[in-house]
Amino acid sequence: MRAILRNVSLRSLRVWRRDLDVYLTNWKTEFLPPLSEPVLYVFAFGLGLGSLIHTIHYEGRELTYLRFMAPGIVAVAIMFWSYFETTYSSFVRMYYQRTFDAILATPLLVEDVILGELLWGATKAVIASTIMLGMLALLGLVTWPSALWVIPLSAVAGVLFSALGLVVTSVTKNISSFNLPMFLMIMPMFMFSGTFFPVSILPKWALVIAWCLPLTHVSYLVRAAVLGWPRGPLAVSAVYVAVLAVVLSALALRLMKRRLIQ
Amino acid sequence: MNPAAIIARELTKRYGELEAVRSVSFEVGSGEVVGFLGPNGAGKTTTVRMLCCFLPPTSGTASIHGLDVRERPRDVKWLLGVCPQEDNLDPDFDVLKNLLVYGRYFGLPGRIVRRRALELLEFVALSDKTHVPVQALSGGMKRRLILARALLNEPRVLILDEPTTGLDPQARHAIWTRIRSLRAHGTTVLLTTHYMEEATQLCDRVVVMDDGKILLEGAPLDLVEREVGRTVVEAWNYGEEFVHFMRALPGRLEEVGDRLYFYPKEGDHIERLFEERFPHQERLIRRATLEDVFLKLTGRALRD
Ligand SMILES: Nc1ncnc2c1ncn2[C@@H]1O[C@H](COP(=O)(O)OP(=O)(O)O)[C@@H](O)[C@H]1O
Ligand SMILES: [Mg+2]
Repeated sequence: MRAILRNVSLRSLRVWRRDLDVYLTNWKTEFLPPLSEPVLYVFAFGLGLGSLIHTIHYEGRELTYLRFMAPGIVAVAIMFWSYFETTYSSFVRMYYQRTFDAILATPLLVEDVILGELLWGATKAVIASTIMLGMLALLGLVTWPSALWVIPLSAVAGVLFSALGLVVTSVTKNISSFNLPMFLMIMPMFMFSGTFFPVSILPKWALVIAWCLPLTHVSYLVRAAVLGWPRGPLAVSAVYVAVLAVVLSALALRLMKRRLIQ
Repeated sequence: MNPAAIIARELTKRYGELEAVRSVSFEVGSGEVVGFLGPNGAGKTTTVRMLCCFLPPTSGTASIHGLDVRERPRDVKWLLGVCPQEDNLDPDFDVLKNLLVYGRYFGLPGRIVRRRALELLEFVALSDKTHVPVQALSGGMKRRLILARALLNEPRVLILDEPTTGLDPQARHAIWTRIRSLRAHGTTVLLTTHYMEEATQLCDRVVVMDDGKILLEGAPLDLVEREVGRTVVEAWNYGEEFVHFMRALPGRLEEVGDRLYFYPKEGDHIERLFEERFPHQERLIRRATLEDVFLKLTGRALRD
């Protein structure tokens, strides 16, 4: 652990600033997806599917399908925006644009680059979830002020999924290889982590697997915050997400360092 | 010689089985301009990348102004300006913004970076491109911008990996002018190049590398004189008789394809000799160059 933390410094924020500056340069195209995505989901699933399934039982309470699903898509956005940033986008910066090489010619070290990317991935999760929360609020699907918990939550979960992305990037030789973990890891989480239906309806064995997946816990926490209905072992989920975030970050630092220094 | 700016001792880099750099030792004096020559795959870039703290050496040591590249990478990189072999400008930013962001990596105050950036854009003749996206720049402009970027931290040592490869003559000369002016201001420069003329024009000293090793080093003109002499004769469309005649002369004879190269020990009278004996032989008598040294040392076989 000591060896991993050596050279970790606030200088990584200079890398983070670079990514933020690019984002702000392209803000018009960057803002559109998180603004439009919830609307699309709400129409397709909420109104489409919701007209078939009127109400749903969740944690001993009955609520409309739309209200149930809305927090799920915020959780999914946290995962997608951070994971995509540190897989496809980081890979483009590392491999095609050689941005990391340029940075490493300055007093910044590999650790600063990796941490900067990690923090930026998490930042994208925060930006996306905040925008989506705003959109869902306009649609009347959010309970205040408990929904504000989503912001710190998306920061921690953003670190988790960014770190997961960097771990994948560290072992990826070419950009098309990202498809495999996408289909084996990210898509199953998307489907089976309580986004579209409560995991409690799964058979016992699948339930055990579902609760191992980080997105299940993130969904669970986001839903509690957005519905304003703090029931159940929220602290356990929060600790699970935080611990995974730390462990995966340490692993990401280690593996990316190995990848960048040959 | 001035105190050494760069010292490398038995520097070695192994990639698995392949030994890309083999126990290379050299020094670059403060204010000196040294060129590393060598065919593709000779190990120039690998050597340079170890000096820039990009690659940890497998064994051996390197230091910049007394700072070990492994122990003090942050401090070493403060002293260096680096132009990498491959363009790595930030395609998402315009020309000026590339410099501003780069200056921020150094932690330099924004005000200072902006002032230096504008001065440097002037220096590399890109002042009228300040807000042009970098994708819109020509190859030569990109190289100039990279040079400007490398100078942002006012480095004491400039490391240029093939600064002019792929550029047209105008663009190449534009870079040369800048390097000469930096030399005049006392900046130490280590550059790698494929262009012998570049090395001859710019460098106080050249180091010839091949196969991960240093074959030879010295001042460009001394090297030429020492290794191949002053004069080279090239001949084509020649007959047996001519070859016989040449063999008898003191010097080194080489036949490459349909061309004959002769490096005479004593070149002063060769012209007159030819006029007398083979006045109609198609030939070229010219001054020896670094290229002749290079080809003598590294052979004429193709490298990729
Ligand atoms: N990352 C790497 N992994 C494996 N081999 C490498 C790597 N980088 C360079 N090489 C090999 O090391 C040798 C020296 O390469 P390089 O230093 O780039 O030569 P030069 O710059 O003189 O053309 C070459 O054979 C090259 O293929
Ligand atoms: Mg090279």
